[in-house]
Amino acid sequence: MCSESCGCSSDIVGIIEKYDSDKRNLIPLLHELQDELGYISPEVMETIAEKLGTTVGQVHGVATFYTLFYTKPRGKNIVRMCNSTACHIEGGRKIREAVSAALGIAPGETTQDGGFTLEVVSCMGLCGVAPAIMVNDDVYGNLTPEMVPNILGKYREAS
Amino acid sequence: MAINLTINGQAVAAEAGDTILTAARRAGVYIPTLCYHSDLMPDGVCRVCSVEVKGQRTLCAACCYPVAEGMEVLTHSPRVRESRRMIVELMLANHPQECLTCSRNSKCELQALAREFGIQEVHFKGERKMADVDTSSLSVFRNPEKCILCNRCVRTCEDIQSVAALHASKRGWDTTIVPGMGDELASVVCVNCGQCINRCPTGALTANDPSSKVWDAIHDSTKHVVVQTAPAVRAAIGEEFGMPAGSRVTGKMVTALKMMGFDRVMDTDFTADLTIMEEGSELIQRVTEGGVLPQLTSCSPGWIKFIEYYYPELLPHLSTCKSPQQMFGALAKTYYAEKTGIDPKDIISVSIMPCTAKKFECDRPEMTDSGYKDVDYVLTTREAAQMMREAGIDLPNLPESEYDDPLGMSTGAAVIFGNTGGVMEAALRTAYAIITGTELDNVNIEAVRGMEGVREATVMVGELPVKAAVAHGLANARQVLEGIKNGRFKDYHFIEIMCCPGGCIGGGGQPQPTSEEIRKARIKAIYDEDEAMTLRKSHTNPAVQKLYEEFLGKPLSHKSHELLHTDYTPRDRKTVKAVKVKVES
Repeated sequence: MCSESCGCSSDIVGIIEKYDSDKRNLIPLLHELQDELGYISPEVMETIAEKLGTTVGQVHGVATFYTLFYTKPRGKNIVRMCNSTACHIEGGRKIREAVSAALGIAPGETTQDGGFTLEVVSCMGLCGVAPAIMVNDDVYGNLTPEMVPNILGKYREAS
Repeated sequence: MAINLTINGQAVAAEAGDTILTAARRAGVYIPTLCYHSDLMPDGVCRVCSVEVKGQRTLCAACCYPVAEGMEVLTHSPRVRESRRMIVELMLANHPQECLTCSRNSKCELQALAREFGIQEVHFKGERKMADVDTSSLSVFRNPEKCILCNRCVRTCEDIQSVAALHASKRGWDTTIVPGMGDELASVVCVNCGQCINRCPTGALTANDPSSKVWDAIHDSTKHVVVQTAPAVRAAIGEEFGMPAGSRVTGKMVTALKMMGFDRVMDTDFTADLTIMEEGSELIQRVTEGGVLPQLTSCSPGWIKFIEYYYPELLPHLSTCKSPQQMFGALAKTYYAEKTGIDPKDIISVSIMPCTAKKFECDRPEMTDSGYKDVDYVLTTREAAQMMREAGIDLPNLPESEYDDPLGMSTGAAVIFGNTGGVMEAALRTAYAIITGTELDNVNIEAVRGMEGVREATVMVGELPVKAAVAHGLANARQVLEGIKNGRFKDYHFIEIMCCPGGCIGGGGQPQPTSEEIRKARIKAIYDEDEAMTLRKSHTNPAVQKLYEEFLGKPLSHKSHELLHTDYTPRDRKTVKAVKVKVES
């Protein structure tokens, strides 16, 4: 259990203790907790701070500094859209607009049904097939805006 | 070993471990700074102190760059000046251009730098970060738009107070200094001390200012407005009018308050003397009847909130005495009301305090023992000075006048409440008389004075060795509390704790800026004030004696307990109260 008031079954304290309750291990610890829980909630941050003997501010500062840590629940599917030069030149903005329109959310947001979270990231190393997006671990390159609804539709059906 | 370097071509001898800034200042060379503060560890985040060091590709932050043998430093080369200008211009581009209506106008460090660097136009036009002002706290308001991310408040709260209510969240453009996990200040662990305000270079952190309500009360002819002034205010308010730190302006301040229209100007020092009578008697009772020892002082509301949050198990050590402010409030609407025949419902009780935590304290639900809110409004030293300016009062050039009766007379023991060690010294002066039946020859108890964060002394009270400790600043208080828990202080009798560095003279409501030199000057002023008093022991205050005869009976009487003592509330440190963690499937 992550705390007395929490009903979840995750062994948060066990994970923290696996890292020797040492605040120098905060980052790997946050990764593992996020893998377990999907995101780092305020209550988890509080538990971490208590167990590591550090301040909530320190934990929150680190968790919000790095873009790969999530402090809010994420959608089932993560759509990553590139914002770097190669995709930009190949019309990346139009792709981003098409994704936003298809999902009805802005970058950084999660759909109401919890199906999708939309993120804008720096280069994904897919410049050769720019403009590109990733959905979870799947790569889609050489995109046109028209292709977007179909791609997202597959994940919508699957979930 | 001395290290030789040159700054602007001038030979400078520095010590190993010096930063360029320290070496330069010692040599009388000026380098502008912004995120640097003499009370705090350097952070090097603002880069305003950038200097050119020969052989280094980039400019170096003088506040944290260590000196080295043979180093050649340029503090105002064209490259440095251009860079500093750019840095400040970028800050200004993201800063509300509201200087004229900002409470820090003309006392803002960013504004001063813009002027120093001759910035007359901000070349960067673009998006500005927008945010709401957080007015949730009873003491400290936050305006993130005016924040320049210097981290001074963060370092203050964490390093000086060991509370860490504020910290940086997110990164880059999105970086914001936030309480807790991005919550409102009122909902996180904050002790309301206002030390962050004292060190904020801009108007991003300000106090919750009730002065318009105080003006309304003064101008309302159906209200009788009494004001009390804390010991530390008289040693600092002159700074707001350009006087040097450590100017004593007690009599002038009383005149000013009368000119402003307060109906009675009385003194928190009176109830400081009363606190000594009550708290000293409580200590003697604990020692003789086997109560919980060491007894901890309870005058400082930031400290009270701190122990309620972090060490609730030690609350029985706290003296049950209310702070002098709250004792005054309870008496103003009972004793004073009875004596003057004024209906307490028509009395508005205002206090002028060096403190922002007092604004929280007067709102505590238990502080209504008079049947009314004992203290209605708390003004900081800064706010009182501002009201004086509004009233056209030129404080430095006023004649002096005396406090009004019956809560105006005080002794030197009361005024030293403003300094770290002062409550201890005042208590010992009176305890000596009560325990030995004789008076101290030399009332200056040097053993408890000084600036060390934690001081310990054994003071002989007749045959009885009284073991005493004094701490100021909450990081130091935390050490003492840990010491109580692990038994290090088990044979101690009395421990004084003040929330702020230097005691109340360094409080969060005092004039800005603050530094150790300024606090030392105020401390000296307070001791001088004490030396200048005829009466210097609380039990010799005739007005306090009269209060006991006419009203309270004796110290720790039933009525004293009813009006002058209080109890404490253990507080939950958890910010998140009832959020359930959802596990993603």
